[in-house]
Amino acid sequence: MVSKVKIKINDLYKIFGPKGESHVEKVKSGMGKPELLEKHSHVLGLQNINLDIIEGKIQVIMGLSGSGKSTLIRHINRLIEPTAGQIFIDDTDVLAMSDEELMNFRRFKASMVFQKFALLPHRTVLANTIYGLTMQGLEVKEAEERAAHWLKRVGLEGFEDRYPAQLSGGMQQRVGLARALATDADILLMDEAFSALDPLIRSDMQEILLELQEELHKTIVFITHDLDEALRIGDDIAILRDGRLVQQGSSQDIVLNPADDYVGDFIKDINRARVLTLGTLPLKKASTKGIALSNNTSLENAMKALVDAKKDSVIVVKGDKKLGSVSMHDIVHAATRSSETAGEAVTYR
Amino acid sequence: MSLIDWNKLTITEPPVLPRELLRNFKKGLDGTFRDFSRSYGEALEDFFNPLLMFLKWFQDLLVSTPWPIILLIIGGLSWVGSRSWKMSLGAILAFVAIGWMDMWEDTMATLAIVSVATLLCIAIGIPIGIWMSRSDRVQRIITPVLDVMQTIPSFVYLIPVVMLLGIGKVPGLLAVMIYASPPIIRLTNLGIRLVDAEVLEAADAFGSNYRQKLFQVQIPLALPNIFAGVNQTIMMSLSMVVIAAMIGVPGLGVPVLRAVSNQYLALGLMNGLAIVAIAIIFDRVSQAYGKRLQKHREGDHGV
Ligand SMILES: Nc1ncnc2c1ncn2[C@@H]1O[C@H](COP(=O)(O)OP(=O)(O)O)[C@@H](O)[C@H]1O
Ligand SMILES: [Mg+2]
Repeated sequence: MVSKVKIKINDLYKIFGPKGESHVEKVKSGMGKPELLEKHSHVLGLQNINLDIIEGKIQVIMGLSGSGKSTLIRHINRLIEPTAGQIFIDDTDVLAMSDEELMNFRRFKASMVFQKFALLPHRTVLANTIYGLTMQGLEVKEAEERAAHWLKRVGLEGFEDRYPAQLSGGMQQRVGLARALATDADILLMDEAFSALDPLIRSDMQEILLELQEELHKTIVFITHDLDEALRIGDDIAILRDGRLVQQGSSQDIVLNPADDYVGDFIKDINRARVLTLGTLPLKKASTKGIALSNNTSLENAMKALVDAKKDSVIVVKGDKKLGSVSMHDIVHAATRSSETAGEAVTYR
Repeated sequence: MSLIDWNKLTITEPPVLPRELLRNFKKGLDGTFRDFSRSYGEALEDFFNPLLMFLKWFQDLLVSTPWPIILLIIGGLSWVGSRSWKMSLGAILAFVAIGWMDMWEDTMATLAIVSVATLLCIAIGIPIGIWMSRSDRVQRIITPVLDVMQTIPSFVYLIPVVMLLGIGKVPGLLAVMIYASPPIIRLTNLGIRLVDAEVLEAADAFGSNYRQKLFQVQIPLALPNIFAGVNQTIMMSLSMVVIAAMIGVPGLGVPVLRAVSNQYLALGLMNGLAIVAIAIIFDRVSQAYGKRLQKHREGDHGV
């Protein structure tokens, strides 16, 4: 299957301040964020962003606080206007849209979930969920039917008449999710949607999102500063630092080959055994002893299988094909080399 | 001619405008305003005539309505506002006492002017407050005007109002409104400005237009503040009752004025207490209503 680019961002720059445009050239020729702030009192939000987001996938954008994640995601539905650059969605130039087109784009094509839920406190759960639908011009009755369906999908059946303040954070964000899903937009923008939630609840929400995505195949842009979350739900991950994309790729790419120490720092505490798969290890010539496991088995599962089978070598297969074999020793080594060899990862630069 | 009267200037007397210049200045201003009121006073009176008619009609209506019905309405409104039988009963008893002390008619007149003044303040104040919240420049211009309206002694603006419109209900109403409208304007502005930025962003993200954002998000979220403004406006218009009486507004202020000039202690006290009673009822009922408005905002898990 050829993957189609849904959202295309080209050479995007955002400089906050009254005369942003006049400073783009300086940034292009190398002026950094601190210098721009000090000399010209403008804040460098984003620089030189080029990103293709694939249809039907979850694109995670990661970075520390202040790295420009919120700024980037708000360019996709033009809540923030770029200083320079281009944004295409389904080959439509978002920046060329008239006010009316933009409004319809926001009503029908892209919906959003917010970090602090952004629900209307004076409206019930149901009345919050229909917000986007009424913006689309639907009659209240039909909107309520559709909204009720989505509330059920996120597990809020029976809570329709509560007010947001009567719900826990996790439940409020389910309302936020239902409100966004109800509009049937094919793009879902989620700005740290789960960051405000407790770890257990967050994990529940990730599960709900993944389950829904199995069947909905939306194009989701998901922002987080939590690598575990990124690895769990992201098909692709892009890492932002000071407004610049420092690395993009699959989670395996990022864990195996961090582009610099900033990324290295991010990944140093993760559970590599859970992220890495057998296919990413250097394989020896296939031996005949050992158990056969698929190349996309995680190291964690492979170790468990080896221990259970009381064997110490795996034959890695892809479909019917034998790719090679790998020993328990190598698996353990790959899974644990994180902190001791963090220096080695840096030598990549 | 010099702008300072040098003869008068000493170490204890600050520089002062020569007497003649000062007199001419005052005369000029008086004359200009008098001419203005001569040529436009009548037009202005015509302009305000519908208001006068309405005010008269409303007051007559209150006075001519049988007292049991008024008591029922008072009790009913108190209940609607506060959902409390005690409050309702208290309000009815207060009005029975007012009638018993022979202050019924004056009280109705006061209720009429306070209600009309409050309604007008709301009708004018909320749009101005919204306008102010939309633009920092408008806010910068209007805020000092509101400060002046609230701090300038009422007697000072009574002078031009009376010169223009004479003595009567309309100038009285204007005086009350000048004093009582700032809180509703201020709190509408404040309420809208305090609306959570992320909620506004959500409204934008779902494609709301200007009106939808204003009426479905900003005003509802600002409502508790707007309501606090309404409450203050009511209180402040009640506090103007005596001053309004000085320029011919009927009501509880009139006997108070008479009591002051004739040293009738009991009369002044009774009417003053009647004003206080009305104020307390309005305040408690409207506060209870305001609280109920935002009850759902309180965390209340598992209800
Ligand atoms: N409206 C704004 N005006 C000026 N600077 C801004 C504005 N919005 C964001 N910034 C700056 O842009 C940078 C990126 O912010 P943001 O996108 O919110 O980061 P993140 O979401 O990754 O925490 C920060 O330095 C922030 O201070
Ligand atoms: Mg952010």
